[in-house]
Amino acid sequence: MPEITEWRDRLWRYRLVGSKCLSCGARYYPPRNSSCIKCGGELVDVELPRRGKLLSYTVIYQAPGIYRFASPYIVGFIELEDGTRLFAMLTDVELDEVKVGMEVEATFRKLYTYGDSGHIVYGIKFRPLVT
Amino acid sequence: MKPVNGVGIFGYGAYIPRYIIENSSIASVWGKLSTPIKSKTFPSYDEDSLTIAYEACRIALESSGAPRDKIGAIYIGSESKPYAVKPSGTVLVDALGLSRNILSADFEFACKAGTEAIQAVSGLIASGMIEFGIAIGTDTSQGRPGDELEYTAAAGGAAFVLSRASNGVVAEIEASNSYVSDTPDFWRRSGEKYPRHLYRFTGEPAYFHHIITSVKHFFEEYGYSPRDFDYAIFHQPNSKFPQRVAKMLGFTMDQIRPGLLSPIIGNTYSGATLVGLAATLDVSKPGDRILLASFGSGAGSDAFSFVVTDLIEERRAKPPLKSFLERLVTKDYSTYVRYRGKLWV
Repeated sequence: MPEITEWRDRLWRYRLVGSKCLSCGARYYPPRNSSCIKCGGELVDVELPRRGKLLSYTVIYQAPGIYRFASPYIVGFIELEDGTRLFAMLTDVELDEVKVGMEVEATFRKLYTYGDSGHIVYGIKFRPLVT
Repeated sequence: MKPVNGVGIFGYGAYIPRYIIENSSIASVWGKLSTPIKSKTFPSYDEDSLTIAYEACRIALESSGAPRDKIGAIYIGSESKPYAVKPSGTVLVDALGLSRNILSADFEFACKAGTEAIQAVSGLIASGMIEFGIAIGTDTSQGRPGDELEYTAAAGGAAFVLSRASNGVVAEIEASNSYVSDTPDFWRRSGEKYPRHLYRFTGEPAYFHHIITSVKHFFEEYGYSPRDFDYAIFHQPNSKFPQRVAKMLGFTMDQIRPGLLSPIIGNTYSGATLVGLAATLDVSKPGDRILLASFGSGAGSDAFSFVVTDLIEERRAKPPLKSFLERLVTKDYSTYVRYRGKLWV
């Protein structure tokens, strides 16, 4: 039942909730269920900052079926203001506008749907910062 | 209608998608010679009325510092809900981190569902049932390919966190009025993808009759005249109608200019007057009085009077609507058709 699995993951997808190590302060996104990879310390959930900068990116032309409307689309490697690094889809940016180092912020978008009658899966994407 | 206990706007936010299409681009496909506006917004492939509502709400909550655990209602006015059955508020509550002890429902009244939501939340606050509530107008409106509506049906929305005036508000609601009748100007039957309209009913019997009747009754009831208002926002299905109704009611172009966005962004339906209100609050000063008159097909019109307070200076929307207008990028008809999912119709 993948639709139910998606639903169980909704809070960290909706709100950019990650994990923080209580011993060394390392942060992870998506959140980890086990211990800290760096020191073995205990992890707790933490809401991560919404802003960051783009460290690197790639353009996907051969998209899986659920992303056919999006192709070609950009996946970014992003460093948030607190140093957390994560991968996320970029949106609201053209292929000739995307640049390493650009400021980005989290936004809330449709990720994909289970056909015309199934669930709509929402979650975080990143876009160029709007001030 | 006047709340017994003071109610007002604690915080606000507006959002429009990044993409616009020129009317000339649509006209070139369908061979039309004249068009009603210059351009209109449309949602990206990953946007819908719920994601637009989220953006507007987040701006309203973060700009005002409203206490998320005290929001007692979230009502969303829209005629383009992503789910026919499953309120958009259920997703928004978890996405925005609001308290789950909350009233939530989708409202529908064509283009005036958002102002209907403001009325309902105001009543709950004025009665003391809740302390804070959110009212939203949001749409990704539909126009059948080649139909007149395709030139104007746009996307956008605005959210208003309302509270007791005693909590400190950026604009107090002085009074409001609502006027409704059975008018066959525009409708969409259950299960249908696109709305229909009866051409000659759109103007005089629908838009003009309902807005003028609602505003005139509002003026008579509370003793206002156009001179009492610094700004006015009228529903804007195109460029011409809001300017004409303003003139008919005795308002000047200067009064409606800040909130008149349809020439560039099109008709954002449930978002239309509320995005206009947000744009007007972005430039208003303490003491300004604002008239808002929405219109929803079917048909009805809500009229409101707001008075701006000193708190506007510290709680303006960040980012303001202007920031979203500055990032607009023009796309052609083929991209529009693809992003709107019309290739698979």
